[in-house]
Amino acid sequence: MRGTLSDRMGAALLMAPLLLFLVLAYAWPFLGVVKWSFTLPTPGLGQYHALLTDDLVQSVFIRTLRIAAIVTLVSVTAAYAITVVWVRGSPVQRVLAEFCILVPFWISVLTRAFGWVALLSNRGLINTWLQSIGFISEPLTLVRNEFGVIVGMSHFLIPFAVFPLASAMRSLDERVLLAARGLGSSRMRTFWTVFVPMTRSGIIGSAMITFVFSLGFFVTPAILGGGRSVMIAELIYLRIFQSPDWGLGAAISVVLVVFVGALMALLFRYVKPKQLV
Amino acid sequence: MQQPGRAAEIKAKGIGKSFGSFRALDNLSLDIGRGEFLTLLGPSGSGKTTFLMILAGFVQPSEGKLFSDGVDITNRPAEQRAAGMVFQGYALFPHMSVEQNIAFPLKVRKKSASEIKSRVGEMVERVGLKGHEKKLPAQLSGGQQQRVALARALVFEPGVLLLDEPFSALDKSLRGQMQAEMKRLHQETGTTFVFVTHDQSEALALSSRVAIFNHGKLLQVGRPDEVYDRPANRFVAEFLGEINMLPVKGVRPADNGATGLCEDRAVNMRCKAEAIKGDAILAIRPEDMSIAPEASINENGIAATAVASTYLGAATKLDLTTRQGARVTVSVPNEVAAAALSKGNSVWLTWPAEKGFLLPDGGQ
Repeated sequence: MRGTLSDRMGAALLMAPLLLFLVLAYAWPFLGVVKWSFTLPTPGLGQYHALLTDDLVQSVFIRTLRIAAIVTLVSVTAAYAITVVWVRGSPVQRVLAEFCILVPFWISVLTRAFGWVALLSNRGLINTWLQSIGFISEPLTLVRNEFGVIVGMSHFLIPFAVFPLASAMRSLDERVLLAARGLGSSRMRTFWTVFVPMTRSGIIGSAMITFVFSLGFFVTPAILGGGRSVMIAELIYLRIFQSPDWGLGAAISVVLVVFVGALMALLFRYVKPKQLV
Repeated sequence: MQQPGRAAEIKAKGIGKSFGSFRALDNLSLDIGRGEFLTLLGPSGSGKTTFLMILAGFVQPSEGKLFSDGVDITNRPAEQRAAGMVFQGYALFPHMSVEQNIAFPLKVRKKSASEIKSRVGEMVERVGLKGHEKKLPAQLSGGQQQRVALARALVFEPGVLLLDEPFSALDKSLRGQMQAEMKRLHQETGTTFVFVTHDQSEALALSSRVAIFNHGKLLQVGRPDEVYDRPANRFVAEFLGEINMLPVKGVRPADNGATGLCEDRAVNMRCKAEAIKGDAILAIRPEDMSIAPEASINENGIAATAVASTYLGAATKLDLTTRQGARVTVSVPNEVAAAALSKGNSVWLTWPAEKGFLLPDGGQ
C-alpha cells in the first residue's frame, strides 16, 4: 500500500470524484436530516424521547431486527451451500452455481418482489398447485406477512452473501483438508470441524453484510409485507411522505445510520475489507 | 497401515499414474520394509510426490496394486488407510491450538478423554513443545510448527509415516537439527518412514534406503552408500553429487575388473565390464581423486592443468582441464590446491582402481 508521494497523490486524485459524490449526495443531505431530528417540530431532544417511548416505533425496530436476523441466517446458510458448489464443485457444477449467483443481479429488485407475489399469493402458483394435488384445501398465507418478506429478502441477499464466503473458501489451503482426511477424519467431520471453522472470517463478513443490508430494506418488505410487516425503512418513508412527522422520521434515520455504522466498525475489527470481495 | 503401533510393510506392484496425456508415474514396483526409513529422491516432476500421494490414498493410481501387510489397499480411501502424513508447509489446522491439533486424530478415533490427554501430553514432551500447548500455529516458529506436524502424524501410532518435503521451508541450521530429531523419532517409534525430498544430501544422511526417481520412473533403490558409490546410470550418478566423467576407450574385462584407455593411458577399474564393452564413461567422485606431481605406470592417472579454484573452508574445489580437453573437478586440501594453481603447469590426477565406475557411453 505504501508508495511514493506522487503515487499516493495519484490514488487520491482517482478516488476524489467518488468521495466528492458521497459528500454531496449523502453526507451533506444527511447532516440536514440530523438537523431536522433535533429541530422539528420544535428544537430539542423531543423526537429521540418519542422514539424511546413510542410503542409502534419500538415494535417496528424489534421486527426489523428479528427479520434481519432470520434473513441473515437463511441467506448465509443458503449462500454457504451454493458457494461450496461454486468454489469446490465439478466444472459443470461451478458453471451452474455461477449462473444462479449472477442471474439475480440482472433482474430489478421490483421485478423480483412482484415475481414472489405471483408465486406466493393466495391464487399464486404454489397455492394453486398444492390445492390441485389435494395437499391443502384452503390457500396458505405465504405473502403479505413476515414469511413473504423473509423469502423475498433472502432471495435478494443470497448473491451478496456469496462473495465473502467465496473469498474465504478460495484462500483456504487445500492441504489442510487433505491432512484431516489423512488423519482419519471422514468427509463430513472434516467439513464441520476443519472447513467451516477455517472459513469463519467469510461467515462473519457475509453475515454482517446481509444483516446491514436487511436493516435498511425498503422495496421488498413494502411489497411482500403488504403493509402488515412494516420495517424501519418503510416506517421512515411513512413518517416523511405520508404524515407530516419529519422530525420523528429523521430521528429514526439517524438511529439507523449510527447503528449500522457501529456494526460496520465491529465488522472491520474482525475482518479485513479485502476478505469481503 | 491398519494395525496401530505396528510398523507396516508396503508393496507397490506395477503402479502407474497418468494425468491426461502426462505420464506421472510408470510401472513402479517397490517393496518398503517394516520399520525402514525410505527416501524418495528426485527432481521436481519426477513422480516421487505422486507416489507418496498414492501411498496416502489421496491419488488413485491408473494401474497397479498396493499392498499393506499383504492386504490389497489400492481402493481404500485415505481416511481408512490412516497413514501419518506430514505435508510441505505442515498443513496444521490454523484454528486449533497445538494441543487440539495433536489430539485431532485421536478424537477422530473416539479415544477416551483421559487417553487423549495422556497421549497428547506424552507427544508434546517427546517433540519438545512443552509450554506451547495452548498456542495457535500462527504463534509458532517454522521449526515448532514442524514439530506439531510430526507429533500430530505420529500420535495415533500409524503403521507408516509419510513426509512430503517437510524441511523445505526451514533454514539450513534448523534443517540439520530437525533431521537429527526425525532420525531419533524414527528409532523411538520404529514406524516405517517414507520421506520425499529433492535434496540429495538430506536423502543420504537420513535414510536406510534411497529410491531415485526421474521422469516418472524408479531408476534405482539401495542403501545410501550403494547408490552413491555404485549408481545404476548417469542420472543417478549426477543427481547424488558432483561427479567427473571421463571417456574410456577399448574397455575389456581384466583381472579383478576391467581395463581400458583413458587419455591414451591404461586405467584399471574394479567394477565389472560385462555389460559395457568398447567405449564407455568412467565416473569418479571429486573426493576420490588426488593431485600428484607424477603418476607411476601402474597407477591410474591422467595429466591436467589447474584452471580455477573455489575455497570451501575445510577443502578447496579445484577445476582442471585434461590434455584432451575434459573438465575435471577435485576436492583437495587447501594447500594442495594452492600449490597446483601456482605451478600453472601440468599436474597428475590419480585415483585408486576401486573408486570410479563405468557407465555406458552417452547413455542416460
